[in-house]
This record gives sequence, structure tokens and C-alpha cells, in this order.
Amino acid sequence: MISAERHAALSAWVFLSPALLLIAVFFFLPVLAALLLSFTDFDIYALGDLNRLRFVGLANYGQLLQSPLFWTALGNTLYFVVVGGPLSVAVSLGAALLVNSHLTRFPGLFRTAFFLPVVTTLVAVAMVWRYLYHPRYGLMNYGLSWLGIEPIDWLGDPVWAMPAIILMAVWKNFGFNMIIFIAGLQNIPPQLYEAARIDGASAWRQFRYITLPLLGPTFLFVALMTMIGYFQVFAEPYVMTQGGPANRTVSVVLLMYEEGFRWWNIGYASAAAFVLFALILAVTVLQLKWRRRSAMGL
Amino acid sequence: MSSLYRSFFILLLVLGISACDSADERTTRVEFWAMGQEGERVRALLPEFERRHPSIRVRVQQIPWSAAHEKLLTAYAGDAMPDAFQLGNTWIPEFVALRAIEPLDERLRAWPSTALADYFPGILATNRLNDQLYALPWYVDTRLFFYRSDLLATAGFADPPTTWEHWLKALHALKGAADAGRYAILLPINEWQLPVILALQRGATLLRDRYQYADFQNPLFREAFTTYLSLFEQGLAAPVSNTQMANLYQEFAKGTFAVYVSGPWNIGEFARRLPAELQPHWNTAPLPVSDKVPLSAQTEGLAVKGVGISLAGGASLALSRTSPRREAAWKLLEFLAEPAQQAHFYQLTGDLPARQSAWNDPALTGNRYAQAFRQQLQQVQATPPIPEWERIANRIAYYAELAVRREMTADAALAALDRDVDRILEKRRWLLARGVVP
Repeated sequence: MISAERHAALSAWVFLSPALLLIAVFFFLPVLAALLLSFTDFDIYALGDLNRLRFVGLANYGQLLQSPLFWTALGNTLYFVVVGGPLSVAVSLGAALLVNSHLTRFPGLFRTAFFLPVVTTLVAVAMVWRYLYHPRYGLMNYGLSWLGIEPIDWLGDPVWAMPAIILMAVWKNFGFNMIIFIAGLQNIPPQLYEAARIDGASAWRQFRYITLPLLGPTFLFVALMTMIGYFQVFAEPYVMTQGGPANRTVSVVLLMYEEGFRWWNIGYASAAAFVLFALILAVTVLQLKWRRRSAMGL
Repeated sequence: MSSLYRSFFILLLVLGISACDSADERTTRVEFWAMGQEGERVRALLPEFERRHPSIRVRVQQIPWSAAHEKLLTAYAGDAMPDAFQLGNTWIPEFVALRAIEPLDERLRAWPSTALADYFPGILATNRLNDQLYALPWYVDTRLFFYRSDLLATAGFADPPTTWEHWLKALHALKGAADAGRYAILLPINEWQLPVILALQRGATLLRDRYQYADFQNPLFREAFTTYLSLFEQGLAAPVSNTQMANLYQEFAKGTFAVYVSGPWNIGEFARRLPAELQPHWNTAPLPVSDKVPLSAQTEGLAVKGVGISLAGGASLALSRTSPRREAAWKLLEFLAEPAQQAHFYQLTGDLPARQSAWNDPALTGNRYAQAFRQQLQQVQATPPIPEWERIANRIAYYAELAVRREMTADAALAALDRDVDRILEKRRWLLARGVVP
């Protein structure tokens, strides 16, 4: 009996080993290396000659927490997560409800159309959106001028740059979450709605007391993945604003990239990466706990 | 069956031919990285080079300027450096610290002694580190005045002044003649260049003790910094960044400002973008000297009367230290350094040649906007030749902006700048203390 169990365990390991090996070499090893680097002052000098590398303990972390630019970047990132995250989830839920509605004709067409931005290269999309946002020739301001609104320097104005980036990011990403929501919606047994209709429940009450609760697990998944993804915002500001104007769109990952690959302070940049990791981990755990508690309360 | 054999035979033949082709040992393929428009236009020079050196083929890789620095560093880290490459001359100390570029002195012994003397001395100096020349200047860049000659004449100055004192009078007159919302001079507040130029003109060294410590609270720098701030306080310059100036050329044409401190790329831009009726009414002028500052501080090197120091910028060409094709790559560098090629390259790009004899080309002598640059380039000085400089310049721009916006006093800004820069230089001090010359 024991030997059969052992045999099963062994074959499990054999089947798992290719995947584990890949994850170990391409994920855990680099992460471990980055963690070690974050305790050193690896920079341009050390790149040329490893004898010029020093172990500095937690100095990188201390410097990071004292740097005003880091706090600016963190503030910008939180802005992006807190405004963009819920907006993205809401838009994808709305789109999923519309596409899934029995009133909608050609749901397949809409599903594909809404999903298209997700599979388009972000850099190409960002370039096109830069034209849309152009203060003089952009479509956005052209539309606003029809409403009699003064043109906005979307990407050049410190106040508008972040909303402009959020708008583009939401448009680019909502299709993915929409697909997951559609799958969640289709898992809800139609009898529940029938019963509710017989009891005379309005559409809103059906949504509030059947759709939302039964979408709970989907919601949690979508919210977590969106939050984690949005914390790591990089390509949008990198392509569209380079962190400007007046540092209003510098995100933590953009800061990390600048420090690491522009100034080549790899040690310092690694420290920034781990601070962001700790933050994402903490928020994820909090969100899971809060969900569990509210699930028990139901 | 026979047709299968036949196609197999043909396949073998094709493979054999292509193998012969790649195994042709007599051709050396030089990988050359150049940035932006230079990377595109330099291709036009290469047929002549390949005609002269039939055994060398050059592959140009064009890299956008915005990613060039990262790309070169990553290539170095990944051991994928090109054989020859273009780099900004302020990056040279960094690549020397990395030991990524080959010193050129051995190879330059074969050059006639006059050839190196043909380069603008201040520009050549930026390519020299620890008494070794590491790169050859390709084209040059410096800052000087672009101004509206019609507005200046209306304000009572038929010719551009040659001292700061007279320029200040001119700026005040320009401001006085203009209506509200107009300014005399445009100085984008997120740039470090003008405060640094003013400091260099006063003989400030910016850093001290072999570039180990910041020296921005030094009276010389402090005076330059307050002079810079006073231009804003007196309302001569608008406190805007260059991203806020929606269309610089339009504003210059409208007379929102009459003077602008900028570099050679704007000769082409101004000619292209300003309306035709304005073309006769703008010109360039070298930076002035100061009456008050002792002349010794202003006349380092080859002084030109009435021309104040500006920055020695530009791009250079270097050889990768690890390249096995350095000989062939060096031939390419020598070719691009020839005065005739330099002049040709100017015609292709508008980039100003680093060799003075190339300036005798009719295309350049006929360009009236370039003449001020020729004078100015005799009077240029390098920023501190250390890898940390770009980061330091970034901090100068940051604190200068805060001081202009009056979020900090000049003294507080300079103290904070000293503190930041001392922190940036900490590694350098450690290396020097250990006797490792970075």
C-alpha cells in the first residue's frame, strides 16, 4: 500500500518536474537574486567590476522611504489603482451584463469587439491614444469642442494626465474581465431568475439578490487580478508621458525602471520592487480576509 | 522517386552555396549603432566607405535617442555590444568606468599631428579622460542665443550685445516694449543648462576635491544661481516648463518671447517652422561675457573676444573594447572623421561638424545662423567628467525649478542640492579612498 502511494507521489513529481524546473529557473532564482541585490549597491561601477560591489544591508530601503519621488510615485500608483481598478471592474461587469442579456443580438460579435483591445499591443494602442489626446488635433478635444468645452491638454496638464491614462487603461483592459464575468453569469442557474420573476422581483432586485451574490467568487478573482495588475502599471505612462508632467504619472514600476535601467542603480531598483511586492501582498491578504468575513456574514 | 532525389540534391546545393557565402572570411561585417536621424542618414555615407574598403561591410542599427542610453548599457551587460557606436559625449565617463570602450591613443599615433588640432579643443577635451582619448567627436552641440533681431532693433539694439550687462539692458527694454503676458526671454524652468553655464562663466567648478563632493553653496555658484533666479523675479522670463509651452515656434513668431537659449538643432527647426515673413528677422548670437567677472575666469583656453563660455556638448564615436573587429571598425571611425565626410554629414543632417576645417565648406559658410556657433564652439567647457553627472544635472534642474517656483529659497535649494549630490557621489568617494580610479 505504502509503496503504491510512494509510487504515485513519485510519478506526480516526475510529471510536475518540467514545470517546477521552469518556474525555479525563470522565476524563483531571479527573484532570489533580486532580493540579494536589494541589499547591495549594485550600480554602473559594479557592472564593470564586481570588486566595486558593496553589501549595504537595508540602506536601499531606508533611502527609498526617505525619497520624496518614491512617495510621489506611490501616491500616483494608488490613484491609478483606487480610481482605475473599480472603474475597470464596473465597466467590465456592465459590458458582461449587456453582452449576456437575451435582448442583445449578435452577442458573439460584441464579445469579440470588446475583447479586441486586450489582444492589441499596448504600445500601438498607446500611440493611437496619444493622437486622440492631442491638445490641438486630437479627437477627444474635437468632441469636447462640439459640447462647447475648452480644449484640454490631456497628457500635458498635471491634473488631467492621470485621468487620461486611466481612461485608456480601462478601455484596453475591460474586455478580459468581461469574458470572466460572462462565464460567471452563465453559471448562474436560470431557474433562480424564473423563481424570482414569479415572485414579482424587479430587474434591479434580481441583480442585487441573485446575480451579485452568485458572482461573488468571480468578483473576488476579478478584483484581485485587476488590483495586482494595476499596481504594476508601467507601459501606459512609459509610452504616453514618460512620467511627466511634473512627475504626476510616475508609477512605482516606472520609477523602478528609471532607477534600474536609466541610472543603473540595480540595488536601489530591486528594493523598490520588493517594497511594491510587500504592498501588493498586504493588500491582497486584506482583501481576502475582508471577503471571507463578509461571506461569513451573509 | 527521382524527383524527390532531385529536390534533395537542389536543397543540398542551396545549403552549400549559402554556407560558402557565410564562411567568406575575407569580408568583415562591422556592426555600427547610431541614434535617431543620424542612424538613418549616415547610411548615405557608407557606399563610399565600402567602395574604398571592399572587404568591410557595415551594418547600421538605428536606435531611438530616448532608448539609446539604456540600450547601450543593456548591450554591455548582456555582452552584445556593437563594434562601433555613437554616444553622447557626456556618457563617455560612464562607459570608461564600465571599461566598455577602447582607448584610441595607440591608433591615433598614425594620424598627422594637425588632425587632432583640427577639432574644437573644448569638444575634444570631453572625449579625453585620464590622459587617454576614448572617442572621436562626430558632431557638436552647444547652447547660445536665438533672438528676434526685429524686436531687438525696436528696443534700441541694432546689433546683439556682447556683455551680460548690455544683454540685461536689452532684455529690460524688450520687456518694457512688450505688453503684459509677453516676456523678454524663454528659459524653460526644468532645464539645468543656463544656471550651469552662468556658473562656469564665473569659474565655478560645481564639484570639488577630484569631483568627490558637491560645491553648489560655493559663492561663485550661488551668485550664478541667484542671477538666474533674478531673471524670473524681474519678470524677464516666464516661469514655464518646456512641456507647458505648447508651440515654441508659434510663440516665438508671435513675439511672446524674443530671446531663447538653445542648441544647433533649432537652426533647422526655426527655418522650417517659423513663417516665411519672419525668416529675415531672427538670428543667433554667442553667449556674452560679463564686465564684472574677472577676465581670467572667462578666458580659459582659446578665448574669443566677447564670447562667454558655453557647454561642450555633442556626440562621439567609440569602439567597443571587446569587439574582435576593432580594426575594421576603426577604419569606419577614421572615415567618418574625414573633413569631407563631416561636411557631407552636415548637409545630410544639419549636425554641426566637430572638425573646424569642415566648416570651410560652402554649405556651412553660407549658413548665417551657423556663424555664431562657430565662434561659440571656440569657447566651450565640459561639465564634470564623471559617470554621475547626468544624475547630478537632473538634481540641479529639479532644485532650480523649485527655486523659480519659490517653493524653496535659493539657499535652501542649494543646501538640498549639495546634500543630494553628496549622496550620489558617496560611491565615488569610497572607490577613490580604496585607490580604485573610477
